[in-house]
Amino acid sequence: MRPSSTVLVGIVKLLVGAYARWIGSSPAPAQRIYFANHTSHIDTLAIWSALPRSLRRRTRPVAAKDYWGSGFRKYIATRALGAVLIDRSKTDPTVDPLEPLRVALREGDSLIIFPEGTRGAGATPARFRTGLYRLASEFPQVELIPVYLDNLHRSLPKGAALPVPMVCTVRFGSPMALDAGEDRDAFLERARAGVIALATNTGTATA
Amino acid sequence: MIEHLRSIPHEFFWLFGSLVVLLGISSTIAAWLQGRPADEKKTASRANLVERINAWWVMVAILAVAFLGGTAMTLILFGLASFFALREFITLTPSNPGDRLPLSLSFFLVLPIQYLLIGLERYGMFVIFIPVFAFLLLPSIAALRSDVDDFLSRSAKQQWALMVTVYALSHAPALLMLNLRGGHPGTDALLLFYLLLVVQMSDVMQYVFGKLFGKTKIAPLVSPSKTVEGFIGGGIAATLIGAAMWWITPFTPLQSAAMAAVIVMMGFLGGLTLSAVKRSLGAKDWGVMIEGHGGVLDRTDSICFAAPMFFHIVRFFYS
Repeated sequence: MRPSSTVLVGIVKLLVGAYARWIGSSPAPAQRIYFANHTSHIDTLAIWSALPRSLRRRTRPVAAKDYWGSGFRKYIATRALGAVLIDRSKTDPTVDPLEPLRVALREGDSLIIFPEGTRGAGATPARFRTGLYRLASEFPQVELIPVYLDNLHRSLPKGAALPVPMVCTVRFGSPMALDAGEDRDAFLERARAGVIALATNTGTATA
Repeated sequence: MIEHLRSIPHEFFWLFGSLVVLLGISSTIAAWLQGRPADEKKTASRANLVERINAWWVMVAILAVAFLGGTAMTLILFGLASFFALREFITLTPSNPGDRLPLSLSFFLVLPIQYLLIGLERYGMFVIFIPVFAFLLLPSIAALRSDVDDFLSRSAKQQWALMVTVYALSHAPALLMLNLRGGHPGTDALLLFYLLLVVQMSDVMQYVFGKLFGKTKIAPLVSPSKTVEGFIGGGIAATLIGAAMWWITPFTPLQSAAMAAVIVMMGFLGGLTLSAVKRSLGAKDWGVMIEGHGGVLDRTDSICFAAPMFFHIVRFFYS
């Protein structure tokens, strides 16, 4: 494990704990897409820190290029976390922003994504964008794991400069997959409901 | 470092050795118990026992690091305990956007300053820093942001958080700046050891006596596990243990019994009162940090109440 990422994990654990609760799945080395609600800049790091060390090496967060793509943030994202940067600006209509994600999935890596595409303000996630559906239909063998992050919208909400340390649990739900012939919007709503269901299911402690 | 190790009184090694032996015996018995057949209920209570013993191992290890590492290390460890306890408290406390800055300052400014003042042995400032400066200035920041909804209730909760988890808890390592017995360096450290030992023994003994003889609940709505029998039996046992430890303190055996009784009483009240606070915030356990122990604050609630009282009685009569 890279030393820079060990330091990062330490800081994240100190600030928000990021305690893992495996409610419907277990920490296994299967290829997965973890998809979560998105409320703060700590989200990516919290999920990353909650994963066992052995899984972090093959799990790559997906981060927005406009925020994580330059300077020190770029160093953290690409060097410490091995993040896949996604271009949200759509300046070139011929380039599919999902392409770097496909490359990572073809290489056998797992991904952490936030299907809302941007940070929300409250405890409940907003409508999911279509990227999750497209990846699910193109890579049916990859397990889709809903993840719910609690309290981070209070710890470091949009617009806040300093975090308030809070205990955050990272809840991993049951794997789901795209059903045969399932409609895009129905699937996205089902995926979103999977994340919301974890908001009230606090699970039991697993170390 | 070597110089520091020499200054550690030999009593410490005896005490520490005995604790390790005691815990070793407990772990062996627990492992033997776990190997025996049992129904579901027994298995659960044995698992709970093992978790409790393991958490004790962790606490003894932390204690060893603190004592062998010296004052700075002790302050860092208690500072971290305060940090985690405050984090648990604030997580359960509702807050408005206007509270964000005062809350961040509580963690990143007030807490380090409080422990730094102990390290610098600035007693006067140590005692007033939080009650005067933090308690007046932090709510003022929230008021300046004109976030007035439910203002009194919000700021009262945040002040409780700071008072219990930082101000009160910091009185335990503050024993190190008392310089008792003409400044012999080991005496204060042993006094801290004495406080922690009596508090922990009191918790354990009350748990054991409560399990064995507990019938009459003291405050069933606040803390269903606290019973009159557990409190009296466990309290007397812990007071006797405290009295028997007089030789590591500046007290006579009788004084040591009285001190231990004060610690037991305050520890009991701390557990009860913070349980009431916790319940009024709508939670059963403070957090998820220590396996089998709820949260850090579930483990330190008795110390939070016992430490300031013990500190000031010792300071008044013995320094």
